[in-house]
Amino acid sequence: MPRKAQDYDDIPGTFVFDAERSREGYGINMFCMSLMKDENRKAFKANEAGYLKKFKLTPEQADAILKRDYNRMLELGGNIYFTAKLGATDGHSFRHLAAVMTGSTQEDYAKMMLDGGRSVEGNRSRSGRDKPAGKSKSKSKPSSKARSKRG
Amino acid sequence: MARITAGVASSHVPAIGAAIDNKQTEEPYWKRVFSGFEKSKEWMAKAKPDVAIVVYNDHASAFSVEIVPTFALGCAAEFPPADEGWGPRPVPTVKGHPELASHIAQSVILDEFDLTICNKMEVDHGLTVPMNLLFGSPEEWPCPVIPLAVNVVLYPPPTAHRCYMLGKAIRKAVESYPEDLNVVIFGTGGMSHQISGPRAGLINSKFDKAFLDNLSKDPKKLTRISHLEFMREAGAEGIEMVMWLIMRGALDDQVNEVYRFYTVPASNTAVGHIILENKRKAAGKRPAGKIAKIAKIAKIKRAAARRKIDIRRG
Repeated sequence: MPRKAQDYDDIPGTFVFDAERSREGYGINMFCMSLMKDENRKAFKANEAGYLKKFKLTPEQADAILKRDYNRMLELGGNIYFTAKLGATDGHSFRHLAAVMTGSTQEDYAKMMLDGGRSVEGNRSRSGRDKPAGKSKSKSKPSSKARSKRG
Repeated sequence: MARITAGVASSHVPAIGAAIDNKQTEEPYWKRVFSGFEKSKEWMAKAKPDVAIVVYNDHASAFSVEIVPTFALGCAAEFPPADEGWGPRPVPTVKGHPELASHIAQSVILDEFDLTICNKMEVDHGLTVPMNLLFGSPEEWPCPVIPLAVNVVLYPPPTAHRCYMLGKAIRKAVESYPEDLNVVIFGTGGMSHQISGPRAGLINSKFDKAFLDNLSKDPKKLTRISHLEFMREAGAEGIEMVMWLIMRGALDDQVNEVYRFYTVPASNTAVGHIILENKRKAAGKRPAGKIAKIAKIAKIKRAAARRKIDIRRG
């Protein structure tokens, strides 16, 4: 079944960890949780593909884990706070993983952050409604609805 | 009675905790962050809360994907620091306040906020980092803490409006607790940041600064921010700022902004911090002379009211 379209799918470069992804990615996240224990980290490192057999993973999910394709893991239902445990097992920090997911070198990413981070300008919307909050048509509708609901 | 006298908001970036634990706070990168909390520690030393309620989120430490409570209140006597994959942080065990916590639970559930009660829970950097920033690194934490863990990991988190209203219910609960307690409430997380996907690194200082302004002056405006707007403007993980609104809802409508600090970055995140005081202080904290004066005025008013009644009767 194809993924149900959501308003936040319009945000570029973002995989929102919602109920549907959580359901699909349960195995990825439970695998990542298992890495909280040192003995499991050792077992995984000793035989990665073999260790993954203990979890309910699709071939695509197992492949993304083995290849350390962090964006693909998120797309297939992983959550960053969980996949970061895989990163930690490899000795990497959140910032290291962030750089990897953005396709930058560690140096370039660190510099971007020191310079104030990635600008929101040009990064709000895939569909081109790239205007600040409250001005785009797509947003005024749900918010006014929410207002009336809340009285 | 117990009363919430002040609210504190602060980011809870894990790298800040790591910098403390690895003694890197004097390095220029980190000094810029930590220097912003020097005045806050002084303020906290004077505020001397009897209890702190800390609103935070767990990061796959106490809760995995097996159980995801939207609001989980810590009612235990103590909360050990969680092992987040590198061993537990070298911080003291967090002592709870089970009596006030269970009183709050009972009160807010009857006010229709269906909390999960946690009588056993470990706490991660989401709670301990802001405590370090405000209390420093003592041998023991100076006051008991009531943790309130909010789900902001699995979408959707509770709405900004819901969080604000929970804050109001918590305030009501605290004020119906008979013991005289000075309570400070923390809202943690944020500010703008995204640590997942190709858009990671997003920072929106304009959004953050407006958020701080409104938190202080017009919090109701913030309760209308949709989840889509939070994620679009402040990053997928920036949505955790809804937790600041629980803190704000627990305060008076009008507050005094005592202090504010903002810097970019700490790791992937914009660090924001604000201290808001209720104008009305705890009864026990009023200077003795002022209390006597208030009591005298009340006595005169009561006497005048009685006279009025007498006149009408006569």
